[in-house]
Amino acid sequence: MNRLEVRHLSTFFDTDEGLIRSVADVSFSIRPGKTTALVGESGSGKSVTSLTLMRLLSRTASTQVSGEAMFTNRAGQTLDLLSLPEAGMRRIRGNEIAMIFQEPMTSLNPVFTVGEQIAESVRLHMGLDRAAALAHALRMLELVEIPAAAQRLNEYPHQLSGGMRQRVMIALAMACNPTLLIADEPTTALDVTIQAQILELMRRLQAETGMSILFITHNLGVVAHHADDVAVMYAGRIVEAAPVRELFAQPRHPYTQGLLACLPAQQRKRELAGGQVGANRRLYAIRGQVSSPLAPPPGCAFEPRCDLAIPLCREAMPALLAAGPNRAVRCIRVEETAIATVEAA
Amino acid sequence: MSAAQNPSKGAPLIEVKNLQRYFGAAAKPVRAVDDVSFSIQPGETLGLVGESGSGKSTIGRTLLRLIEATSGQVLYRGEDLGTASSGRMRALRSKLQMIFQDPYASLNPKMRVKDILGEALQVHGLAKGKEARDKRIAELLELVGLRAEHAGRYPHEFSGGQRQRIGVARALAVEPEFIVADEPLSALDVSIQAQVVNLLCDLRDRLSLTMLFISHDLDVVEYLCDRVVVLYLGRVMEVAPTAELFARPLHPYTQALLAASPKPDPELKNERIALKGDIPSPVNPPSGCVFRTRCPYAIEACSTARPELRDMGHSRFKACIRDDIPVPVAASPAPARMAA
Repeated sequence: MNRLEVRHLSTFFDTDEGLIRSVADVSFSIRPGKTTALVGESGSGKSVTSLTLMRLLSRTASTQVSGEAMFTNRAGQTLDLLSLPEAGMRRIRGNEIAMIFQEPMTSLNPVFTVGEQIAESVRLHMGLDRAAALAHALRMLELVEIPAAAQRLNEYPHQLSGGMRQRVMIALAMACNPTLLIADEPTTALDVTIQAQILELMRRLQAETGMSILFITHNLGVVAHHADDVAVMYAGRIVEAAPVRELFAQPRHPYTQGLLACLPAQQRKRELAGGQVGANRRLYAIRGQVSSPLAPPPGCAFEPRCDLAIPLCREAMPALLAAGPNRAVRCIRVEETAIATVEAA
Repeated sequence: MSAAQNPSKGAPLIEVKNLQRYFGAAAKPVRAVDDVSFSIQPGETLGLVGESGSGKSTIGRTLLRLIEATSGQVLYRGEDLGTASSGRMRALRSKLQMIFQDPYASLNPKMRVKDILGEALQVHGLAKGKEARDKRIAELLELVGLRAEHAGRYPHEFSGGQRQRIGVARALAVEPEFIVADEPLSALDVSIQAQVVNLLCDLRDRLSLTMLFISHDLDVVEYLCDRVVVLYLGRVMEVAPTAELFARPLHPYTQALLAASPKPDPELKNERIALKGDIPSPVNPPSGCVFRTRCPYAIEACSTARPELRDMGHSRFKACIRDDIPVPVAASPAPARMAA
């Protein structure tokens, strides 16, 4: 059974300018002990998806959420995160499902010590007393390999470097031994050598605890090495979902194909494969830009930028259809995209 | 040393000699840039890479005297920019331009595009008269892939990628010879980055620009640059032609940096050289080699003397005292640009 099964999730915001469909009809699943990556560019709806799942969006009249998110907890019960009463959600949040954010400075409280912040969550969820909670916090800091953990326990976030703060965030998230970790661009604010440390740490913790990870990122390099399954989002919808190797080996949606093709590293690979090193110095580029969410195109959202677009693409939003086992593509020309990939390779 | 760094003959366009820039109190300064030397030949694109705090942006700004150097020299065609009068500097700025990282912060929100571009023309006395100026502005917009009718719009009416194009047009308005591009892609989405990379490549070739390309994105640097300078904590670690640097990184820091950068291909296993710990504080840098606290190959001698940038042959230089460090073989079968 999957750890999380998201079905037809939609999040709309009713703004003064009009209805914004940030997340529309998103379905994906996360296997136990595995990592599913949500990939997309800014505005594609990946962060709103994670905030909706955690129910961290303010429930005002202007936010409209629909769909279901079936979560299987430690006891084996399956609960719908979107319809759970607030008290039930509070028992899950920070406990069974933990979250780490992009900006470790703004997501830690500057006026509490690192130890107090970790202890707060274990006192709440595990019912430990103050001393036991602090001892647990210390073990967590050691778990995430913070040097001189006993001393760091009493320090404030501003006394730590960016990489250390992200380690503290992970310690905080791991404190109650979650079964699902939602990581929203956890390494985007970090330098590459520090990013490598944090990714290695997350990989180790996943292997040790068997937790599932929902990894939200725009970095395809990170996805290639740290995800098991990938869902690519464009303008609020999943346009392609596949296991990681298949996605990189043979992307089927024109957007995924373009996204991979426009990376300089992929360009080099093509040049080497074609034996024409340096012959064509132009990078492949997806033309144009994402449409405004207030004025989406009538049919497929990617149609205005797509090289394979035909008049039919403008008529209706294509459905996300199965394209082989474990794969789905939202494109009416999916048969042609397979051929295009073969020719390019 | 900087002259020896260049394989090609002829005078360099830009020469940086022992550049230092310290910030803060003289007793305990932040050593943002500490004794950096390199040169750039006409038509060359030099990449400046390093992590945050390595001093790459400070170098870019010091080159154009947007901030003053603490000591050292920047020479443009042999002329010392540090001692140039403000009038002379203003004249020189038409030859030396900059493209900034953040296309949202670097364009004045109250000015129309035609005024943003027109101001540069006016200051340098180019395209005089309304008609000539409008024509030049239209030309510039088309050069960077925008349309002439965009001239009447304000920056907020454009997307991030389009704004960066305006930033590029502004730099090109005064027909510069040399451009400092300070992380021009990092605020942009991947699909838009490729558009701007192509634009920079095209313009560089068409206008024979010389460029200092500052970036932390090693893939783009490998694609765009002829030669690369690797910085760490305000000092040069390694200098090499791009293909050689990526195929056979000599300095342990370059090796770690390349290994840490995840390649967008699940079949390629990154061999891991995990660096321990954080970048030290530039207020209190380690003695000797600044990288030694994180270096897997550090020995006793690394802490005593500061390593000189040594000539390793084939136009390569490294600041490391050890020559017995294994050199990883690149994952790709051949360096990308050697055969070109």
